[in-house]
Amino acid sequence: MSFLNNAITGISLGSIYAIIALGYTMVYGIAKMLNFAHGDVIMVGAYVCFLAMGNAGLPSVVGVLLAVAVCTVLGIVIERLAYKPLRAAPSLAVLITAIGVSYLLQNSAQILWGAATKTFRPIVEGSLVLVPGQLSISYVAILSVVCCIVVMVALSVFTGQTKMGKAMRACSEDKAAAQLMGIDVDATISMTFAIGSALAAIAGVLMCSAYPVLSPTTGSLPGIRAFTAAVFGGIGSVPGALLGGILLGVIETFAKAYISTDLSDAVVFAVLIIVLLVRPAGLLGKYVPEKV
Amino acid sequence: MKKINKNSLNGFVNYGIIIAAFIVLQILIGKGVLSNSLQSLLVPACCYIVMAVSLNLTVGILGELSLGHGGFMSLGAFSGIVASILLQDLIPMAPVRLAVSMVVGALAGALGGVIVGVPVLRLQGDYLAIVTLAFGQIIKNIIMVLYVGVDETGIHVAASSDRFVLAPGGTAIIKGPMGAVGVAKLASFTAGAILILITLLVVQNLVNSRSGRAIMALRDNRIAAESVGINVTKYKLMAFVTSAALAGAAGALFGLNYSSTVASKFDFNTSILVLVFVVLGGLGSIRGSIIAAALLYVLPELLRKFDIAEYRMLIYAIVLILVMLATNNDQLKSMLGRIIPKRKGAVSNG
Repeated sequence: MSFLNNAITGISLGSIYAIIALGYTMVYGIAKMLNFAHGDVIMVGAYVCFLAMGNAGLPSVVGVLLAVAVCTVLGIVIERLAYKPLRAAPSLAVLITAIGVSYLLQNSAQILWGAATKTFRPIVEGSLVLVPGQLSISYVAILSVVCCIVVMVALSVFTGQTKMGKAMRACSEDKAAAQLMGIDVDATISMTFAIGSALAAIAGVLMCSAYPVLSPTTGSLPGIRAFTAAVFGGIGSVPGALLGGILLGVIETFAKAYISTDLSDAVVFAVLIIVLLVRPAGLLGKYVPEKV
Repeated sequence: MKKINKNSLNGFVNYGIIIAAFIVLQILIGKGVLSNSLQSLLVPACCYIVMAVSLNLTVGILGELSLGHGGFMSLGAFSGIVASILLQDLIPMAPVRLAVSMVVGALAGALGGVIVGVPVLRLQGDYLAIVTLAFGQIIKNIIMVLYVGVDETGIHVAASSDRFVLAPGGTAIIKGPMGAVGVAKLASFTAGAILILITLLVVQNLVNSRSGRAIMALRDNRIAAESVGINVTKYKLMAFVTSAALAGAAGALFGLNYSSTVASKFDFNTSILVLVFVVLGGLGSIRGSIIAAALLYVLPELLRKFDIAEYRMLIYAIVLILVMLATNNDQLKSMLGRIIPKRKGAVSNG
């Protein structure tokens, strides 16, 4: 029974990682940059939802929608102000800027909302009892998995069928060629950031519902783990982010349960290193041979 | 007289800057101008300068992004602390014990560099970055659960507090999440300055040697370098391990500057901080790393004194973003280019 419980926890945690990893992987695929501020957008989303539900007393659905709206705008603003001027700059300059944005968000949150940790009220409470006293699934866990599946399906339809989605894929393959075909590359990149940040808001609310502590640094560690998940599955690949996220969540939960709580991070990262050594482009990543 | 080449002249200027800064600071300390809180920043500043110069070897000279430099510092710090406590009776003279501990730290860093470098340098670009990040996290995580102690029967190492039993009279050196405690503060500003000089000696001589040129050739075009017979793994590893060893030595000095040290001090943020020094100082520019590390380490600490303490990191973040935007702005660049004649031999970012 404890095995089943752990598997359920792992999959629901993994679903949250997968949603965050999608944001990383889409931005990487299109802008070829590691957006280190992504984790902190999660934190902002969680705070907005917390304040809307706690201080303003709004229903949880409104809180979530508000969080998504704020994060979407935040994502577009960050992209316009900080990343767009650096389109032609070396990737390291963009990376440092992203780190700067990450510090900026964390410290703004600390000044605005204080450094003390807050207790997040889950957006849905209670759990589904399968075997009384032994096996139960919290509604948050179910919601996480459902959200992850819905997001995945919606994204595959979006990138596969719609014009905007096709433009996105074209940009990630070759920006110059896409521009020649009449695609507005800047708008497409903004769109990608908007979608990624909206997903980060959803993930933030789900994560804080499952693990109800909220502080200005809440987003950074899950951010790094989800980033690992994206690399694990093959960065730039949408199904890879799902696979990587779920695997990471399951490995982390089992490592906590059967090896050691303190060493779970070490186990996760060790698995990542081994996977990258065998498959240098991640599990589902395409290995592109270098042309001379 | 033999003509001194420009690179070595540049190197001598760097030694000169460090020695001059050291003498000036010593005079200021002697006259009592420097407050205690400022004096306490000197040794960590030295450590961060060494960290920045050594990371510049990996990022600027070798051209590989490393996000786990703090991991090597951590290895050096804890092995240095363990060495200094174990050698307490054997080597009573503090400066010698410090030197030996720093050598042990450097060896530990180098060992870590080999362990990470051999398999990982096959990967490229962002994948290499993520593995170095993972390595830094693993080191931090392992040291957080590590217990090391010594008693009459020998050294004890355990992975949990229940299995960690010492005979009465034994000393615990590393106590898991509490880190290393009861460390004798051996570090001194003089030792820090000497470490910087040694680092400069190692890095500058490496860069200006045949191997250094091979390493830079790999950075500029790996395939072309490989096709003229440069051994990729050998030279990559050479730069990476040297960088890790220097970080280990800096870590040992850093660890021996405080009476207690926890592993979370050397986390992802530390690695990023050093990377920021390197990038703002200028990739490939040793002097840039020294100046950026010294200024950027001391400035936020100075800001603590003012009323804006709360906004300290916020200002830091904004400055960081603005500097990156300004230095990569084409209009600003061409404007500066007209005012300041273009420096020759400046390493371009790439």
